Amino acid sequence: MYNQGMQTIPINTYNSPTVILELIYRLKVKDVMCSALITAGRDATLREIQGLMRHKSITGVPISEGKRLLGIVSMDDIIQALDRGYIEERAEQYMSSKLIVLEEDMPVSFAINYFDRYPFHRFPVLNKHKELVGMVTSRDISTRLLVEINREIDQIERESTYARTGESGDVQIRTFTVYKHDFENAGLASTEIKKRLKQDKRDPREIRRAAIASYELEINLVVHADGGVITAVFEDDAITITAKDTGPGIPSVDDALTEGFSTANEWIRSLGFGAGMGLPNVRRVSDEFSIASSMSEGTEVFSKILFKKITTDSKG
Amino acid sequence: MRLNDIKTQLGYKALVMPNDQAGFTAAYTSDLLSDVMGNAPDDSVLITIQGHKNTVAVASLVGIQAIILCNKRSAPDDMQEAAIKEGVAIFSTTDDQFTASCKIGGLLGGR
Repeated sequence: MYNQGMQTIPINTYNSPTVILELIYRLKVKDVMCSALITAGRDATLREIQGLMRHKSITGVPISEGKRLLGIVSMDDIIQALDRGYIEERAEQYMSSKLIVLEEDMPVSFAINYFDRYPFHRFPVLNKHKELVGMVTSRDISTRLLVEINREIDQIERESTYARTGESGDVQIRTFTVYKHDFENAGLASTEIKKRLKQDKRDPREIRRAAIASYELEINLVVHADGGVITAVFEDDAITITAKDTGPGIPSVDDALTEGFSTANEWIRSLGFGAGMGLPNVRRVSDEFSIASSMSEGTEVFSKILFKKITTDSKG
Repeated sequence: MRLNDIKTQLGYKALVMPNDQAGFTAAYTSDLLSDVMGNAPDDSVLITIQGHKNTVAVASLVGIQAIILCNKRSAPDDMQEAAIKEGVAIFSTTDDQFTASCKIGGLLGGR
C-alpha cells in the first residue's frame, strides 16, 4: 500500500539536515498529536457522525468504548454511505476497524513515515496500555515542526561559525549575536567558547580566564547595550574576544572600569548582576585589553588571552 | 568531600544531582555573580540565594560543582534543566547563607 504520490510531509530520515533529523527523533508523537478528542460511541449512526464532522469541522471520527478504540469513520465512509443509502445505520458496521495506529512514545519520524506509507490522513494514537489518547494529522506534524524549526534557526542565527586561513596557520572565528535583556540565553557564547578551548586541551586556568572575559562581556551586552555581537578568534597561541554593540555608549569609561561602579537598575541587581565588577574582571584576566566607547557609535571591548605553548600536540 | 555528604550529613534537599560522587574541595558564598565569576575557586560549592538559570551558567563556566540555594529559595524548572545539562548539582535549604557557610565549612574541616 505504498503511496507513490507526493510526500505528505517533505521531510525524511535519509537526506534531511542533521538539525532536522535530531528534531524528528527528539519529538515524540505525543508532542504533536491533538489530545482534545472528538469521539463517538459504538451506537452512533453514520448520520450523527456526519453531523459531528460538520459541526466540529473534522474529517475523521474515532469510534470508542471508554478508552478503547474500536474503529474510525472517515469523510470517505460518509460519502459512501450517502451514495449507497445506509447513512442512517450504525457506524460500527461500516467503520474501518483494521487500523494502523501510532504509539505516543514513538518518535515523530515514525509518524512521518506512516503518512508516506499509508493513504490515511490521520492516525489514532495509543498509550502503553493501548488506550486511545490522541489523533495525529499531517497538519499537526507540519505545524509543530515549523514551530520547532523556527526555534532551531533562531538558535543557529545567534551563533555562526566560519573559518579563514591566516598567515600563521588556521584561525577560526566564531560570532554570537546577543540580544538586550535576553537573560534566558546569556552565557551561551561563553559556554561555546569554553567548550571549544576544552576540546583544544588548553590549560584550565587559561580556559577559566577566557570564560570569565567572554561571560562578563556577554552579560554587559545583555544588561547595558542594545544588544551586540561577541566575536571569538581562536588562534594557536591566543584567543581574542571582542564585544561590539551599537549603543548607547558609556559616558565615562574610567568609571566603568572602577570596581564597584555600576549603572545597573534594581531588577538587574536582584538577579545578581550589576556588581560593578564586569569590566574590571575582564581587564584583570586579559593579557591585552582595550575599550573604546562613544555615545554616537557604541562600545567595543577587546580582550586577548595568550596561551602558553602546549606540549601535547593536538594540532599536528 | 562528596556532594552526597551535603545531603546525608547536612540534610539539604538535592534538587539536581548529576553525580553524587563528585567531589568538592572549597566553597564560596556570594549573591553577586560577577564576584562568583571572578573569585570562586574550582571544584567548589556556591552558597547563594540566586535561584535562576544564570547562576548555573556561571557555575559551569568557573567549575563550581554544586549550588546551594539558601533561605528556602527554590530552583525554577529552567534552572534545573540547565543544571542537568551542565552537570551542576543544586541543593536547597532553609538555612541562611551564614549558617550554610558554617556547616559547609564544618564539612570541609574548618578550612
